[in-house]
Amino acid sequence: MRLIDYIINPLRERKPGRGLLLFGISVVLTVIIMAIFAPWISPYNPTQIGADVFAPPSSKHLMGTNNLGQDVFSRIIWGSRIILYVVAIATTLSILVGVPLGLLSGYRGGKVDRALSMIMDSIYSFPSLILAIVIAVVLGPSPVNTAIAIAFVYVPTYFRMVRGQTLSLKNQLFVEAARAIGVKDWETMRKYILPNVLPTVLVVFTLSVADAILTEAGLSFLGLSVTPPTPDWGYDLRVGQPFLLDGYWWLAFFPGIMIMLLAMGFAMIGEAINERLSLGTR
Amino acid sequence: MLLEVKNLSVYYYTLSGVVRGAEGISFSVREGEWITFVGESGSGKSTVAHAVMNLVPSPGRIVSGEVLFNGRNLLKLPGEELRKIRGKEMTMIFQDPMTSLDPLRTVGDQMVEAMTVHGVEEAEAKRKAKELLERVNLPGDRFNYYPHQLSGGQRQRVSIAIAMAFRPKLLIADEPTTALDVIVQDSIMDILNGMKEEGTSIYFVTHDISLAVERSDRIAVMYAGKLVEVGTVDQIVENPLHPYTKALIEAVPDLWKEGKVRAIPGYPPDLRSPPSGCRFHLRCPYAEAGLCNIEEPEFREVEKGHFVACHFPGVWRK
Repeated sequence: MRLIDYIINPLRERKPGRGLLLFGISVVLTVIIMAIFAPWISPYNPTQIGADVFAPPSSKHLMGTNNLGQDVFSRIIWGSRIILYVVAIATTLSILVGVPLGLLSGYRGGKVDRALSMIMDSIYSFPSLILAIVIAVVLGPSPVNTAIAIAFVYVPTYFRMVRGQTLSLKNQLFVEAARAIGVKDWETMRKYILPNVLPTVLVVFTLSVADAILTEAGLSFLGLSVTPPTPDWGYDLRVGQPFLLDGYWWLAFFPGIMIMLLAMGFAMIGEAINERLSLGTR
Repeated sequence: MLLEVKNLSVYYYTLSGVVRGAEGISFSVREGEWITFVGESGSGKSTVAHAVMNLVPSPGRIVSGEVLFNGRNLLKLPGEELRKIRGKEMTMIFQDPMTSLDPLRTVGDQMVEAMTVHGVEEAEAKRKAKELLERVNLPGDRFNYYPHQLSGGQRQRVSIAIAMAFRPKLLIADEPTTALDVIVQDSIMDILNGMKEEGTSIYFVTHDISLAVERSDRIAVMYAGKLVEVGTVDQIVENPLHPYTKALIEAVPDLWKEGKVRAIPGYPPDLRSPPSGCRFHLRCPYAEAGLCNIEEPEFREVEKGHFVACHFPGVWRK
């Protein structure tokens, strides 16, 4: 079964989880399309300061304008780029590091396993947001650094899942059979264990992407991601927050709802796939 | 001598203690012979089979002994050397054909891999894989099937086809027919017999002594992690010397005879703390206090090619 089938099959069949998946995929796709076509969709320049400050949502400014007179709708559209960019780099990094290390650790066992597990567990035991903040502060505010900080926090999640799966797969007869016919160790890992681990990685991926989005938003809320005036959901949320009491709700509301929707979208895809995978084994 | 195992011991280091899975095992396998290991569950017969491949699953560890394959000690061989022998000169098929093939890859893919890891060209491997499928009586189009599309017997035949790829000198078959019905079992045995006729030594593991008798040249009987008796089929069947072997043979149900199956009373011992002396003494009707429960019987040759570990071999006939 190809990896993509784990998404396509549940979409085709009328089984529990289909609604979740449909909702999740449509939200995520919408945001991705927004990010790709931002220059064409957005009605205004997102960084253009205007005289029309705190304008409420109207046909002219769909989501109103902020304290600097920037169009909130345009900022939302352009902001999707930053958040997706950061999260994509972060998850790619953590998969690239966590999955091979997990495979190695689970397959080799012994001292390597003990050392790696100890390191990963100590990272895991930190509160993730605080750890990410510390790393982001040390590295300095920039989208790539934010991505590295987030990646660092999620490596142990992949590592632990992959290691656990590898441990159980390693004792499966077909892995032993592979060794009995003289397959090299790293080929056994790559060809026999890795493909059987990937569905799990997919679930962890979709679930941790949701988490990573919240972490990214959290970091940029604290001003640790992008520098103004770059449009960014987390940052815009913070800018809008003091004006809530004045009744200018649209400044914080729209970035907030977008962060929530995107995180939820990924979480639902993950949940649906997870449900399907465990349904299959039940 | 193709395979010589000397004083092999395998322990499992589990959380609840050290399980002495196999202790002090010595035997040999000749070129082109069929040797069958029998014993009940937990007697260590699979453990020894895995140890011969140097493939003891964790938490097991080979704690002592030598496994000489063509004179080379497999337990001391560097990984790469060992890898080159596995699959080519000696290979193994497993009990459960449901899980011994990778569920995510086609049968053909796995067969081809078995050959390419030993340097065969891919095109050549593909051609040969189809040929091998025919030899185990599977249509060549099964090449593109996934394991779940095949029945248990078909899968086991795929495993055997993989094992046949290089005409290995030794095939270890760890209860290959246990999960299959009798008809399929017979066809698998036929295929193995064909391999034997082409010169492969068959190292067969089973708990079914009647199956052992059918095709083997020699039989090795294990009990509670110990080798208790080794001999030719005739020696074992006509003239068993160990009380356990005798009991095993008598426990085989006979369709035409009246009466109940004669089971062996009691249970095999806990191998975390095996009984002192002879491990069978607690269940042995001939055991003598003061000897059998204290002194471990030596595994010795009592007649030509007939080894037994018992203080009173064949005592019931005297």
